[in-house]
Amino acid sequence: MPPQATLQPAAPAFDVKVDFSLTINGRKHSFSVEPWVTLLDLLRERLDLTGSKKGCDHGQCGACTVLVDGKRINSCLKLAVTLDGSEITTIEGLADGDRLHPLQQAFVEHDAFQCGYCTPGQICSAQGLINEGRARTAAEIRELMSGNLCRCGAYTNIVDAVEEVVRQGALHKEAAE
Amino acid sequence: MIPFSYIRAGSADEATAAGKEPATWFLAGGTNLIDLMKETVERPARLVDINQLPLDQIETLPGGGLRLGALARNADTAYHPTVEADYPLLASAILAGASPQLRNAATNGGNINQRTRCYYFYDVATPCNKREPGSGCGAINGVNRIHAILGASDQCIATHPSDMCIALAALDATVQVTGPAGQRSIPFADYHRLPGDNPSKDNTLQPGELVTAIDLPDGKFTKNYTYLKLRDRLSYAFALVSVAVAMKLEGGAISDLRVALGGVAHKPWRRPEAERQLLGRAPDDAAFSEFADALLDGAVGQGENDFKIPLARKAIQRALRQAAAGTPQSQVDKRIA
Repeated sequence: MPPQATLQPAAPAFDVKVDFSLTINGRKHSFSVEPWVTLLDLLRERLDLTGSKKGCDHGQCGACTVLVDGKRINSCLKLAVTLDGSEITTIEGLADGDRLHPLQQAFVEHDAFQCGYCTPGQICSAQGLINEGRARTAAEIRELMSGNLCRCGAYTNIVDAVEEVVRQGALHKEAAE
Repeated sequence: MIPFSYIRAGSADEATAAGKEPATWFLAGGTNLIDLMKETVERPARLVDINQLPLDQIETLPGGGLRLGALARNADTAYHPTVEADYPLLASAILAGASPQLRNAATNGGNINQRTRCYYFYDVATPCNKREPGSGCGAINGVNRIHAILGASDQCIATHPSDMCIALAALDATVQVTGPAGQRSIPFADYHRLPGDNPSKDNTLQPGELVTAIDLPDGKFTKNYTYLKLRDRLSYAFALVSVAVAMKLEGGAISDLRVALGGVAHKPWRRPEAERQLLGRAPDDAAFSEFADALLDGAVGQGENDFKIPLARKAIQRALRQAAAGTPQSQVDKRIA
């Protein structure tokens, strides 16, 4: 028996939208959308938050990286309905008004991008890396940024930029202690 | 993605009742399933979202050992203080796999249920006995550089892609499941299966059965262990060959040994009888060479992956030396000591 025969829908309930809410960049949103809408498509197509990029759409390039409750994930592989109640931070939510986020500033200063397509994902991923607190050395940063590809090959400067912000954070932490 | 209906399970009973219906899949982290659905490799009529179930704890078991909740994320597991302290082989293997983003989303239950990365399984334009039973195998006599050298069948030469599972096999973990017929425990060696004449089935779960936890036994391997992973690039690639070693030494001799291979078969590859042969022996090159031959006994290349046999042989010996020396492979500095 071909597998398609067993894959027919049990009931044609496909018009059912699902209600849920998310806090996105500090603002609460309520949604009623189809369950197959990914977080990435929700952000880009329904909220016009087009900073998060659809690179590969298969969790291989990292261009869609956002923070969910402070943790970095590939938004292309996450169904939005499964995140009810979560807090999402995208690249649009990092700057403080006109003041760039330290990672954004460091990427500018270190020339850490060429075309810029991977940059929102790189920066959100770097913020996730900082939240995790596991990377201190350049080698650790390289390993823990390996989920973000850059086809222009700006890796050297990306590592420099992230390393600077990681080091600033460590200094601030020392000063606080 | 092909439309499907969606249910949010409020309890494990609700999940398993819904999960036993045809063409129904459990959804946890989604890092593999959503990808496969985009490729139309998986075409569920219904998804049962289990993310609300209270299965994300990591807790010490009353009789010793550690219970890893099925919904605990891979990253939270690898970085859990007890896992880091008592099960460093597992932490190392998890951190050798995927990317930080994927490890943050992927769950422990999902990791053991992930499907092969065989190119033909993913490409719905080609035949694949795993995806479409009876259609044939594109990998046999095809592009098979990443495929199996052990335990394959004439219907399927796919490999299991997980790193975490290789450590779980070496650590003699137990998979806890619940289902329409109640709860049961599955020894890790019996959880995944070889392709045989039914490659569409990756594991021994019955319809509706849900993984609730993975238990690690009390036996800790905190000094003489390693996870050595060889791949086409240094990070974020599946293993061509990987080796998990858990060893104990007493008075200059091997007193306990578990070795599992990844990237070479449809399931983590172990030969307990070969491990027993090394007990009481000195941890030297002669013993390691004999063991590598025994573990790889019957290995067959498919053409493009013939290199995996000598690669695995060397990797096993190197991993055993790393474990015996108490110098586990770093997952940051990829130079092989």
